[in-house]
Amino acid sequence: MMWETLVQPFADFGFMRRALMGCIAISVGASPVGVFLMLRRMSLTGDAMACAILPGAAVGYLVAGLSLWAMTVGGLIAGMTVALLSGFVARVTALYEGESLAAFYLISLAAGVLIVSTRGSNVDLMHVLFGTVLALDDDALILLCSIASVSVLALAALFRPLVLECADPQFLRSVGGPSAMAHFTFLALVVVNLVGGFHALGTLMAVGIMILPAAAARFWGVGIGTLIVVAISVAVLSSLGGLLLSYHFSLPSGPAIILVAGLAYVLSLVFGPVGGLVVRALPRRYLELLQPFS
Amino acid sequence: MTFALEFQDLTLGYDRHPAVHRLCGTITEGSLTAIVGPNGAGKSTMLKGVVGTLRPLAGQIAFGGLAQDDIAYLPQQSDVDRSFPIAVADLVAMGLWREVGGFGALRAAHRARVAEAISAVGLEGFGKRPIGSLSGGQMQRALFARLLLQDARLVLLDEPFTSVDTRTMADLIVVVQRWHGEGRTVLAVLHDFDTVRAHFPRTLMLARELVAHGPTPQVLTAENQFRARQMCEACAGPPHTCGRDAA
Repeated sequence: MMWETLVQPFADFGFMRRALMGCIAISVGASPVGVFLMLRRMSLTGDAMACAILPGAAVGYLVAGLSLWAMTVGGLIAGMTVALLSGFVARVTALYEGESLAAFYLISLAAGVLIVSTRGSNVDLMHVLFGTVLALDDDALILLCSIASVSVLALAALFRPLVLECADPQFLRSVGGPSAMAHFTFLALVVVNLVGGFHALGTLMAVGIMILPAAAARFWGVGIGTLIVVAISVAVLSSLGGLLLSYHFSLPSGPAIILVAGLAYVLSLVFGPVGGLVVRALPRRYLELLQPFS
Repeated sequence: MTFALEFQDLTLGYDRHPAVHRLCGTITEGSLTAIVGPNGAGKSTMLKGVVGTLRPLAGQIAFGGLAQDDIAYLPQQSDVDRSFPIAVADLVAMGLWREVGGFGALRAAHRARVAEAISAVGLEGFGKRPIGSLSGGQMQRALFARLLLQDARLVLLDEPFTSVDTRTMADLIVVVQRWHGEGRTVLAVLHDFDTVRAHFPRTLMLARELVAHGPTPQVLTAENQFRARQMCEACAGPPHTCGRDAA
């Protein structure tokens, strides 16, 4: 029974194995980035960035049809442009990054929807917006795995400057550290992961696998290492659960995966040991508050 | 006597409105100077100019053999994200950035120095706590520990004792005295004249323009304070030229 429910779909169907593989790649690449987004209070930035990718993917689609590479390149260009522009505007003017990003992504989203709807059918729009995790071909899988690898390696290389840039940007700048480099490389990582994610989950759902596991992790640990490990685990398990749900109940897989991640977030919110609702309600001994974290 | 800093007719400001106007004077190397003046007198602005985050509108600052690397700066309101999950020891270890950079390993010798800095500011046993668990005074101690590790020849402190209790202040003044003893140049923006009189041999009084600069007892006179207040209220005083009275 357990076997049939949990393993059989993957044993029987290649597309399920591919979908799982793709989702694991996205989880490993995107969730750590999501942890940093959350710690920098930039969760909504991910959202905005995902919308910003749309017109690029749409132009790629216009030029070459439903082509993986054209849409990837288009998405990257659009995403990077918006990320750089808003990061630049925030650094030079009095606008906060969120505000300038909001302006740019709204322009970008409108342009994207306009482009897609002039040429494509609604089905194509649905493809870009909601992804096709059950139809990942070899090229797509290679792309997703490459993006995950690059992302993990880049994050490892960038780790210390990025942590300092998050914790005390003014200080990093005052000692001549690579504050701007850390900031923009990180934004680039967000874009790259979202572009990878949109092939499987769509532009709108790709943010979900980035942010929800990170938000859930917050209730299970304090240190950055713990947060990253928990976030990746939550993302992988959500992918597995979502794919199985969509298989057994004939649900669209992208939203199913994100909803399972959402469920994981709600459960963490209630039962998580670090500031979860249940723990907050329980009386605690004073000393526990003073323990150092690991 | 060599100078650490020389203000040469320095004007600093925001959006073309000067906050520090035509400041002249030298800070000798190894001196311990308090910067005093009414609110809005341009004290913090002056430090920002020295650090280089604010470019002069006119005039310049000459560094007597100091590189930008030799300056450590504690801003009035530090940008530290107190909710960010790093430990006190990690925050303090940031002071080693110039030595280890973004990729260098923190060796045992580095860790020993971090531990030493932490105990020098009286935070023994706090190393592994998250920075979010520190009180305001403890946070200021941690930031001082970080300054200690920066090992800078010029230390700039912007109102370092404003939100701390007297005991913390006493401990941190010991750290400042230690820097002074080691021959480092220290500039500190302060409000409490008693602290200045007790611990700072030299004082620079600012009210957008220079009011007085010299040995503390000669600067902190009732007359100078009255003048400073008047100059700040009047805002646009008579045009001040780089004069000899600025000594």
